[in-house]
Amino acid sequence: MNIAHSHISDAISGRQRLMDRFFQALTTGSAWLVLVILGGIIVSLFAGGWQALVAFGPGFLVNDDWNPVTEQFGALVPIYGTLVSSLIALLIAVPISFGIAVFLTEVAPGWMRRPIGTAVELLAAIPSIIYGMWGLFVFAPVLSNHVQPWLQAQFGDSALVGALFQGAPLGIGMLPAGIILGIMIIPFITALMRDVFLTTPKFLKESAYGVGATQWEVIWNVVLPYTRVGAVGGIFLGLGRALGETMAVTFVIGNTHRLSASLFEPGNSIASTLANEFNEAVGDMHTSALIALGLVLFMITFIVLALAKLLLLGLESRDSAKS
Amino acid sequence: MDLRYLRRRTVNIVNLTGSLLATGFGLIWLFWILWTTLSYGVAAFDWNLFHLDTPAPGATGGLANAIVGSLIMVGLATVIGTPVGILAGTYLAEYGGRSWVAGTIRFINDILLSAPSIIIGLFVYEMVVIHMGHFSALAGAIALAIIMLPVVIRTTEEMLRLVPNPLREAALALGAPRWKMISLVAYRAALSGILTGVLLAVARIAGETAPLLFTALSNQFWSTDLLQPMANLPVVIFQFAMSPYPEWHTLAWAGSLLITLSVLALSILARTLLRKARLEH
Amino acid sequence: MRIFSKRFKATVTAAAMALGLAAGFTHAADTINGAGATFPYPIYAKWAEAYKAKTGVNMNYQSIGSGGGIKQITAKTVDFGASDAPLTVEKLNEIGLMQFPMVMGGVVPVLNLEGVKPGELKLTGAVLADIYLGKITNWDDAALKQLNPGLKLPNGKITVVARADGSGTTFIFTHYLSGVSPGFKEKIGNNTSVAWPTGVSGKGNEGVASYVQRLKGSIGYVEYAYALQNKMTYAQLQNKSGQFVKPDSESFQAAAAGADWKGTPGFNLMLTDQPGAKSWPITGATFILVYKKQEKAETARQVLKFFSWAYHHGDKLAEQLDYVPMPASVVKLVEETWKKEIKDAGGKAVWTDSMVQK
Repeated sequence: MNIAHSHISDAISGRQRLMDRFFQALTTGSAWLVLVILGGIIVSLFAGGWQALVAFGPGFLVNDDWNPVTEQFGALVPIYGTLVSSLIALLIAVPISFGIAVFLTEVAPGWMRRPIGTAVELLAAIPSIIYGMWGLFVFAPVLSNHVQPWLQAQFGDSALVGALFQGAPLGIGMLPAGIILGIMIIPFITALMRDVFLTTPKFLKESAYGVGATQWEVIWNVVLPYTRVGAVGGIFLGLGRALGETMAVTFVIGNTHRLSASLFEPGNSIASTLANEFNEAVGDMHTSALIALGLVLFMITFIVLALAKLLLLGLESRDSAKS
Repeated sequence: MDLRYLRRRTVNIVNLTGSLLATGFGLIWLFWILWTTLSYGVAAFDWNLFHLDTPAPGATGGLANAIVGSLIMVGLATVIGTPVGILAGTYLAEYGGRSWVAGTIRFINDILLSAPSIIIGLFVYEMVVIHMGHFSALAGAIALAIIMLPVVIRTTEEMLRLVPNPLREAALALGAPRWKMISLVAYRAALSGILTGVLLAVARIAGETAPLLFTALSNQFWSTDLLQPMANLPVVIFQFAMSPYPEWHTLAWAGSLLITLSVLALSILARTLLRKARLEH
Repeated sequence: MRIFSKRFKATVTAAAMALGLAAGFTHAADTINGAGATFPYPIYAKWAEAYKAKTGVNMNYQSIGSGGGIKQITAKTVDFGASDAPLTVEKLNEIGLMQFPMVMGGVVPVLNLEGVKPGELKLTGAVLADIYLGKITNWDDAALKQLNPGLKLPNGKITVVARADGSGTTFIFTHYLSGVSPGFKEKIGNNTSVAWPTGVSGKGNEGVASYVQRLKGSIGYVEYAYALQNKMTYAQLQNKSGQFVKPDSESFQAAAAGADWKGTPGFNLMLTDQPGAKSWPITGATFILVYKKQEKAETARQVLKFFSWAYHHGDKLAEQLDYVPMPASVVKLVEETWKKEIKDAGGKAVWTDSMVQK
């Protein structure tokens, strides 16, 4: 009877072992798919952009001439536009997000925290094309009629800063693109900062209060240093989002391949150049230059992410070394 | 009271008020954008919107083909992306652990998560559209699936990790094979969290425009053929918004309102589920 | 074996059924896909609507720019391409395409200037070229005042609006300006996509029209149907005969009157700066691109049937939007060329006389 029993259980477990292996293979395969897709993207970007990269070499990155007639392509203008609009976005979003995170974790009464938190997160749920539409139809006229003339009147003539505010107040251009991007990335940075602020151990804060610190002093001197890893991570996440954003920027950036110091002037970003020109690029060199541009964007995003991870690892190990 | 104390008090009040203002600042934009979308979009909300196709300039029409197209492509993308994403997340949580392979895959997943969606559209154009010989809804769905994959993978892994190990060990101790332990015990425990991940991913792809520009293109007419270009809300909104025709602008706003409402509903649903999931643990 | 919960299984089944249903709808209606020029988009869309009502065939045209039309037909991702910039015979033979003119229209300068009504502002080609070169930057420039002594031109910066995408409208516009301004020809040139030294760029005729409507003090160039449909302020231009003309079907027709389609190989003909007292200087035809060797003969027939129908029945709709339909002699010529040049994989002609949609 024992022998019969062990035979039956052997048979069942044999099949189960097979199923186990099959399931494991299924999950492993699915995970590796991610690798394959990313590898595929990089390979196809290189393959498509090869012609342009070979023709223009590293000069591609610093040449500001984008001329489909003479087939001279330089990525400087789109790169500049991507970086500047993202920078403006960060300048707006980081302090605001910090403020909102402080409000949600320290200042707001308990009953207010959930609804306001949800409301801020809703900013992230609005699809980017709506930001673009709103930007073009509603925001640009307001900028053009009220904000830009005011900025020009205040700062237009000053020595250094004046150069930023030259040109006709069109309402579209680098400044509105940056502002709209900034609003878009607020929820991402806020969410991370808030989550991370909440992990500060109570005893740390209470010891600070115990020696007479004000609320702000606790936030600035205790919470922020403790959570800087996550906070920085949040900022980089927002930056990554801003760099790759297409729709919100395309509507308002003006699609112009010209470099200009003024924020009132139109420009171009990598993503919006791709969106506008890819379906229409005639000629292998133009198409290849566009794909090379895509590769540049991918590399920029990759570098930002890698930097963020390194920074995080560095900060983390320093923190754990200290404790 | 000495000056230093007063100064500290003032700094405190100023900065905390600043945080209030910052929150107000953030909320103003939210309400402004939502209000604009609502007031402009509602103007076109009538029966026509849902049962007439996109019109030629100057004619009356609606967004029926675009709505259906979006539903089909998002649905198909979800059907493709969800199982693959859940399985991959399972690998990372259950089998991969801390191995360098799993670590690399997590890193790559993060890169894909932040990759600009337009790049993914380019990739699918080169891989699918060129080889198929034409734009198609299928290519669009594939692009959307690739975009949703990293989100699902990440949330699945996170949720599975939250399942307490004693639960797993109890199942194994009772003689369950590993795959049954995962599928019957771990999945069930993490279900609401995993569902949240899927909902968030769907909310994300529902509003994506750039990848569809190079894959599904769009269609003036009603089409449910997966191998043909298919109308979809984001691209139609893009076309209509950039046009000079007022009737098209109204339809663009109505479409924006539709997408916004759907995405908001999905997001709120997802976050409610997530909160429940986190509370349960 | 209960692998996943019942709820999950039910959802998957429903999704699969929906998918199957969707895929099953595969050939609910015939669809022909085309893409390209934004110039004729309003009339193509109107024709497609009428054609569908008559035959049930979906003619899906996506206006992505002439450059896009050329690119996508070359990549064979669409059944036909559309471009306002005609391809040279060499290029046609290189890719294996044939082109034929479908309809004609005019490119008009449009502006947004306070106090100036449609048709009031007078411009010459040279002045327009200088504006686009960035040489004339203010509305009350001497050159503009000289042409418009009766108008009160405000002191304001001119915002130039051009095309961001590869455009046949740009091709026609720059062809004209290169012809009347050597400086323009040298600095910018004649192409579907050029490097504009000044101003902002919009996507498609729609984008340019949209920007000009929005930006005060701006000037742009669009196909006439766009200016008409949106009641935009257009300008008069001085033509080759020295007359200032307004853009309308009469002046477009005058420009098209002398066109010699028969004598031009590959139909590669530009209609800018045509002689005639009433001619509009920036007139152009828009072309359809199809492969000479058709792998899918039946699709090719559907495409040609649509255009044949448009030739013979679409004139009224075209005129409503101030496009100029091709004269009957050219229609006959084109249909003959279809018979001669478009063959299926086996070498047999795809088009026969009986298919003409009279």
